[in-house]
Amino acid sequence: MRIANQILLSVALMAFAFDASAQEQAQTEHAHHPAASKAADKDEMAAQSKKPQQEAADAHAHHHDHVAASPMQTQVDEPITADDHVPPDPAQHPMAPMTDAEMTRAMEMDDTAKLFMFKLDTFERAKSSDAYSTAWNAQAWYGGDFDKLLLRSEGEREHGITDARVEAFWNHAFASFWDWQLGARHDFGSGPSRDWAAFGVQGLAPYWFEIEATAYLGDGGRTALGLRAEYELLLTQRLILQPEFEVNFYGREDRARGIASGLNDAELGLRLRYEVRREFAPYIGVVWKHRREAGDVFPTGVDRAGTERQIVAGLRLWF
Amino acid sequence: MNRYNPTSLAERLALPSRRRFVQGLTLGGIVAGFGLDARAAMAASPAPLVPMLSGSEFDLSIGETPVNITGKRRIGTVVNGSLPAPTLRWRQGDTVTLRVRNTLSTTSSIHWHGMIVPADMDGVPGLSFMGIAPGETYAYRFKVNQSGTYWYHSHSRFQEQTGLYGAIVIEPREQRARVDRDYVVMLSDWSDADPEWLFATLKKQGDYFNFGKPTAGDFLRDARAQGLSGALAGRRMWNEMRMNPSDLADVSGYAYTYLMNGASPAANWTGLFSRGDKVRLRFINGSSMSFFDVRIPGLKMRVVAADGQEVEPVTVDEFRIGNAETFDVIVEPDADRAYTIFAQSMDRSGYARGTLAARAGMSAEVPALDPRPLLTMRDMMGEMDHSTMPGMDHSKMGHGSMPDMKGSEGSCGASMTSTKKGAEGSCGNMPGMAMPAAASPLKMGPTIDMLVATPRTNLDDPGIGLRDNGRRVLTYADLHTPGAPISADPQREIELHLTGHMERYIWSFDGKKFSAAQPLKLKHGEQVRISLINDTMMTHPIHLHGMWSELETPDGAFQVRKHTIVVQPAQKLSYRVNADALGSWAYHCHLLYHMEAGMFRVVEVA
Repeated sequence: MRIANQILLSVALMAFAFDASAQEQAQTEHAHHPAASKAADKDEMAAQSKKPQQEAADAHAHHHDHVAASPMQTQVDEPITADDHVPPDPAQHPMAPMTDAEMTRAMEMDDTAKLFMFKLDTFERAKSSDAYSTAWNAQAWYGGDFDKLLLRSEGEREHGITDARVEAFWNHAFASFWDWQLGARHDFGSGPSRDWAAFGVQGLAPYWFEIEATAYLGDGGRTALGLRAEYELLLTQRLILQPEFEVNFYGREDRARGIASGLNDAELGLRLRYEVRREFAPYIGVVWKHRREAGDVFPTGVDRAGTERQIVAGLRLWF
Repeated sequence: MNRYNPTSLAERLALPSRRRFVQGLTLGGIVAGFGLDARAAMAASPAPLVPMLSGSEFDLSIGETPVNITGKRRIGTVVNGSLPAPTLRWRQGDTVTLRVRNTLSTTSSIHWHGMIVPADMDGVPGLSFMGIAPGETYAYRFKVNQSGTYWYHSHSRFQEQTGLYGAIVIEPREQRARVDRDYVVMLSDWSDADPEWLFATLKKQGDYFNFGKPTAGDFLRDARAQGLSGALAGRRMWNEMRMNPSDLADVSGYAYTYLMNGASPAANWTGLFSRGDKVRLRFINGSSMSFFDVRIPGLKMRVVAADGQEVEPVTVDEFRIGNAETFDVIVEPDADRAYTIFAQSMDRSGYARGTLAARAGMSAEVPALDPRPLLTMRDMMGEMDHSTMPGMDHSKMGHGSMPDMKGSEGSCGASMTSTKKGAEGSCGNMPGMAMPAAASPLKMGPTIDMLVATPRTNLDDPGIGLRDNGRRVLTYADLHTPGAPISADPQREIELHLTGHMERYIWSFDGKKFSAAQPLKLKHGEQVRISLINDTMMTHPIHLHGMWSELETPDGAFQVRKHTIVVQPAQKLSYRVNADALGSWAYHCHLLYHMEAGMFRVVEVA
């Protein structure tokens, strides 16, 4: 890296030397024979305007000879303007009427254009006192400023048990900093899968808290509520500490999936990332997880209930 | 006052790699891609050289050429092989014909910025004509009635960002005063990144390119200086409004190398003079997204024209030039030395630089970038009773990331004088600030992230980062067009709000993106007053095609004739328009990505 930089530097210096001598040469001429060089310039300009259709290459070579820094010849004055204004004539070839869509196409300027974004918010390996686990939280969207198709997924694999969900929403911007989300959620992994209808609100609260609140209605009258808040603390322009808090409540227990009624789980995370680029940031962190447990999803001897602390390392990535 | 010293560790760490990027490599400019080796190319091309074409008949060919500004080979959009495009020299009174051939694989166009021309000659695809299809030639033909410094650029997609801009110099019919040297100084911003990526990235993360945000370290520093409550109070309003005081430029030196006549700072464009010469410098801001603050240490600049139009001469040390604006200045270097033309970007993330030299090869010291400024209460709230807040303008607290804090405690009350509510110091609630302004016809919403209750109207504010910097800085209050206005008597007023949403990266007039807005209709022959209220924290250069914008003083008197009017945050200003140009005209923010994001209207004169 350093060597590369030095090479670049020396190339730059070399180029600068060339640069300087070439300019000196050209411009000394100017200084000594201003009249002559001005005349030369004039010829050149005339030549250029006469033969303007020359190939780009020619034009290019041509302008190499030309000293850009040579002043224009004519001594120009402060322009006179007060009486100069003449209203323009009407267009000789006015535009035919066109639809908005045609106009947008012609302008190549479409403020309703749709974009796609993928974001891996967390993708991490975690170590608790007794085991390793893997977790992810990702989203992707496609759409315009006001309406997007939003996909979210999060999940965790621990002790050979996968607990995961994927959600799909119509995301609609309804206030300055807030979107609502209408969609569905599918839980999968170990145990029977579950499906939910979902409605949520996501946005930026005062003091820059990112908030996400989603209510779920599942089959057989199941209900659930998920809340999540995160914050970014800039230690430097690239080193960012991100506290995050998440809780999940369920209306009733679901022993087949190990879900307890009421507060099922809560999580407080503290992740420190370094944005190598904005889109690419490795991180480390510590996460406290509190879980209640219903049923016996996990193998004998594994007790997930209670509070545990995890050390995590992962990657944040978007494009 | 509001200064923030970029001394954080990351900032320092970021410098070495960034420096090369910001300064560019000296061999910048057009790469001769015809088998020449690098050395030959360098010897032949000391700096990117801008050809000049004069006369009344022009053949311009729009194309693509490999360029190398920063050490990386990229494709630039060029005219006759040149980036910037050739300088066109016309004579007042001539009728010019410009046959523009498009050799690109996409539609192109050229708009003659500031030129009063028939609607079908204005060069806006979709409004003036259908654009120039690949392989086709469009013949522009119009009479040049005006004189002065103008410029031209593509009005198609992002071709302006990739190089399609050039200067226009129109010699006046009558020569009145002489200058010895006459140079165009074209300022621009070059990115090695694809502009489509720049724009999409801003849509995904509006502050992607902002590496000057207040950090935890700044907070601790402020807490030490002002106490914890002071530091918190200073941030309260910004935090409640979800606004970032460091939001000065959407795209910064992180992605841009700033150019002067196509030359990177390292390439150092140089203009020669002889001691005692009167030198005219025609500054043009042809950049896509960058404001520049321009000065020439050691020289006073006499501003003699703005946007091509003569102004009563005013002598300054420095001026801010918004996108698409032009300023002609006269300098009279009286020493046998070099002077640096220094044009730092408004967010202080980089600079364009060139040299005025008595002899070739001379150069002068390049000043350090000024400290990165932070937006103040004034930029958020507009009108404030300055008499009650002496700390506001003259505070010399050099370091606080939330400057003006002392003033701001008073300012909460002061800002509320219009409602007489907050005078008791109910700063905590801040009625009317974080909430929609009662006075505004607009409501907060997905396209609007803030409204200004009481915009200020004064023109004598040089703008964020230039206030009280110890130099004489040009303001709009200094610019006077001699003679009578074209629009002597406006009959009706049109009020428009400049609105935006930084997080969503939506920009608009009156909260309506172009796609959702109706054309603004003017009756042919009528004179209107357009009042713009800037409900954002960004500075917007607003350009009306086809007709002059005649800026008024706060009292409604004629001030200056311009084609592009810069509106500062929380400012309201008014200008007159004589609707004497039949047709459909573009009206937009000249920040390229703001226009693209919706800050664009059609003005129909019928």
